This record gives sequence, C-alpha cells and structure tokens, in this order.
Amino acid sequence: MSYNDLDCRGLACPQPVINTKKALDKMDSGTLVTVVDNETARENVTLFARNAGCEVSVEQKGSDYYITISKGNTSGDEQQIPAATPAGAASEEDAGTVYFVSSNVLGQGSPDLGLTLMKSLMTTLDEMNPPPRALAFLNSGVYLTCEGSEVLAKLQNMHSMGVKILSCGTCLEYYKLKEKLAVGIISNMFDINNLLIGPEKVITIS
Amino acid sequence: MGPATLSQVLRHLPRIDEPRLLVGPATSDDAAVYKISDDTALIQTVDFFTPVVDDPYLFGQIAAANSLSDVYAMGGKPFLALNIVCFPNCLSTDILACILKGGADKVAEAGAIVAGGHTVQDDEPKYGLAVAGLVHPEKIMANSGALPGDILVLTKPLGTGIISTAIKGDMASQEAVEAAAGSMSALNRGASEAMIAAGARACTDITGFGLIGHATEMARASRVTITLYCKDLPLLPGVKELAAMGLIPAGAYTNRDYFKDMVRFNDESISPETRAIMYDPQTSGGLLIAINKNNLEKLLGELERLGVNHAVVGMAEKQKDAAVEVI
Repeated sequence: MSYNDLDCRGLACPQPVINTKKALDKMDSGTLVTVVDNETARENVTLFARNAGCEVSVEQKGSDYYITISKGNTSGDEQQIPAATPAGAASEEDAGTVYFVSSNVLGQGSPDLGLTLMKSLMTTLDEMNPPPRALAFLNSGVYLTCEGSEVLAKLQNMHSMGVKILSCGTCLEYYKLKEKLAVGIISNMFDINNLLIGPEKVITIS
Repeated sequence: MGPATLSQVLRHLPRIDEPRLLVGPATSDDAAVYKISDDTALIQTVDFFTPVVDDPYLFGQIAAANSLSDVYAMGGKPFLALNIVCFPNCLSTDILACILKGGADKVAEAGAIVAGGHTVQDDEPKYGLAVAGLVHPEKIMANSGALPGDILVLTKPLGTGIISTAIKGDMASQEAVEAAAGSMSALNRGASEAMIAAGARACTDITGFGLIGHATEMARASRVTITLYCKDLPLLPGVKELAAMGLIPAGAYTNRDYFKDMVRFNDESISPETRAIMYDPQTSGGLLIAINKNNLEKLLGELERLGVNHAVVGMAEKQKDAAVEVI
C-alpha cells in the first residue's frame, strides 16, 4: 500500500489528468490524492480514474478539489500486492526526513559562503541513502527550485528518485518566479504544514 | 465564448427590424443573409481563432475551411474573403506568410478569392476570414427548416476538441492527429453541393457548441425535437479512448452546462465519455443536414459520389419538452 498526493493546482487541462495517470502507473495499489483547482480538471481526473477501475471520491476545500483515488484491492484482502517503492525512496515505515528550506543560502553571514554551503548540502542530500522524503522551499528558498538555480540538477535528480519537492506558491508569486519553477510542484501552507506535523523527522534550513 | 456568456451579451443589442435581412441573430444561425434582389442574397460571416495545430500552413487551411463552412452551411457559394490576423511581433513573419498561404490556397480551392485583410499586433496569433457568399433567396439552407420525420446526416466525424486536448498532453496517436488535421482542413463544399442537389430542408455546421449544441439550436429554430443516436456517431480514430481517459476540453463542459436543460439522455447508462463527445467543441466540423426521408437515398448517394464522409445520426420529431433527445 502506498499513499501519495499530487498537487495539480494551477495546471491547465489536460496536465492534471496526465500527471494523475503517471502517478497511478507507478503504483500497484494504494491511494492517490490529486488536488485540482477547477471543475474541468475535477471532472476529467474523476472520469479518468473511474475508467481506470479505481474508486474515486471528491471533497471540496475552499476553491480546491481533493480527489481521492483508490487503486487496486483496498478491502483488506490478504493477497494484496505491496506497492512498488521507487528505487531508494523512503517507504512508509521508514518515514525519512523532511527538509524545511526557508532561505536560498545556508546560515547567517556572507551570502557567497551561504550559497557554497547550500550547494554542498544539496549535493550531500542527493547522495544520501535513503534519500529525504521531501524538501519544502519557502521564502527566498524558492529561488533554489527555479530556473537559474545552481542546485537545480541535484534537486531534479532527487525528484526523479521519488523525493517530493514543494515550493510555496505565495513565495513564488511574491518573487515573481511562478513561471520559472523548474522542479517539483507548487504547494501551499496547508500541505507544507501537513508535512511538518507528519510522522517524519523535520530539519529546518534557514 | 461559451453559449451562456454569448447570449447574455447579445441580448443587450437592439432588435433588428429589416425585411431584407433574411437570416439574422434571432435563430442563432451560421451566417447572416441579406436579400439584394429577387434572385440574389448575400451571405456574410466571420470567424477566427488561435492555432489548433503546430504547422502554420495547415493552421491557415483549417481556419479558412472553418470560415468558408458558414457559407456552405447556408447553401451558398463563397466568392470573396478578407483575412483577419492577430500576430505577435516576437514571431518570425515567415510563420505568418505560411498561415496566409494556407488560407489563400484553401480559399482558392473553394473557388473564391482573398481580396485583402486586416492585421493587429497581439500576444497570441489568431487567424480567420470574413467571407461573403451568394445564394438564391428561396434556396437558403437555414437551420430553421427541419420538419418532423426528417432524417439527420452528419458529414464529418466528431472529436477534434478531444484530440486537440490529447495533443497538448502528448497522448494522441499519429493516426488520430493526421485524421483530425485532414478532417478539419477539408472544405464542406462537397457536403453542401450534395445537400442542395438532394433537396435538403435545413442545415447547420458543427463548430464550437458541439453536436448537441448545434442540434439544439436547429431544433429550437425549427420547432422540432431532434433525436440523436449516440451509438451511430462517426468518430475520429481513438476519440472514445481519449475521452474515457478524461482528455476533454473545458469547452465541452461549458457546452454541457448551458445546453443540459434542453437535452434529455433517455438512457442513464450512456457513458460520460459518450456525452462528452457529443458536447465536444469542433473546429471546422461537418454539416448537420436535415432531409426528407424520401430524399435521403439521393443525399447519401451524392455524398458517396463526391467522396464526403457521412453518417445518419438522428431524426427530427414533433416538438416535445426537450429540444434534443439522445437514445
């Protein structure tokens, strides 16, 4: 069994369906929650998932729709096939670590030194086994997930290994970086907070 | 623009009381028709949109086929066209030259000429044409002439909106892409000639409001109920599978939300994807022709002879509470 969520807010049709399909294709069974912010995406993702043989329920929170998609046999059958875990990624039992990155440099002091340290940290995280569960970027930290970032390749590599990369939407908007996001998804305080209060160990980088 | 928004805006316009205006805004038809003399009426129409395919020459052809279609749907012959262009200054003008070449070639294929046009600088390219055509005032093929008992024939397969959506998600097969491009760039001239020869009673072309939307407009203008056979719809390759995957454009839902109160699906088990296909906005879609049963064979024979795709998709019945029934 696996539990994943997929933030498709701000994405134009048909991207939410495509992203949901990719996420479901990677799962043998389990639950996927796709979050969308418009009715077309809600209807299309629901239609896709039902036709793919999944059970689907939708909950509206504010202007967002949380589409819960249950794939495979979730009735507690003992024959259940365990979900595939992406190579090297943390499983549910081994919750992994969440890094909360609220600055584009590491530590107070010289910005040049701070950037060097940040590069060094991301290289280390990229080589860590198992890799972190998630990296959440806030405030000037969002510069790291956007075009022009010197650690982009490391983050993209981790993302491809199944590490969740979240960037705060308000921050991207404030720094006018929304169009430049180059890795992971746009997220919000609600989801980032869920990560922080979740079972994983949280390390703050500021 | 969606049908709901459009009708909200248009109701503020003054009513037109001009006896020479034979077809005006009241019946939501494809084009305006103005009587010049006892044997000549002018058909006037305009349409333009953003690119639906990557190839600029092909886009020009599709936009022109779409603009010319309104004249064919009224039973007329196009003779003169003017380009309407929006184009950003950051793109190479070679691209615009290709678009215009595609448009001019398609207009030439229709036997008409492009006599000029107008360009505006804009962030996103848009292209289309204002087209003028001629028709005998007594041979106008309005959408208001269908009678109970008439058979409905559709001359192009459905699904261009769904395939365009699938292309954006990189999910459309090469076969689907090519079939959609071929269908969208094909003139409705053969379909129009065939319906005139066979003595059709009403016609509309299927575009942005989808099959159900345009059938609803025909039903209301003709004061009939149109029954559509959802199992007999001609579809572009792969459309059913792509729709089942949720690759449905927002416009299909806009159409559904506007027309759903005028439509009855007689069988609850009709799948959401079939419904979406029937609401799918079409680019340069086919003609929906209403014809007396006795002339049906002649129409199908003419369409066959001219190599025009065709399928019987429904019939008109005495007016009931729903404008369109799907069985």
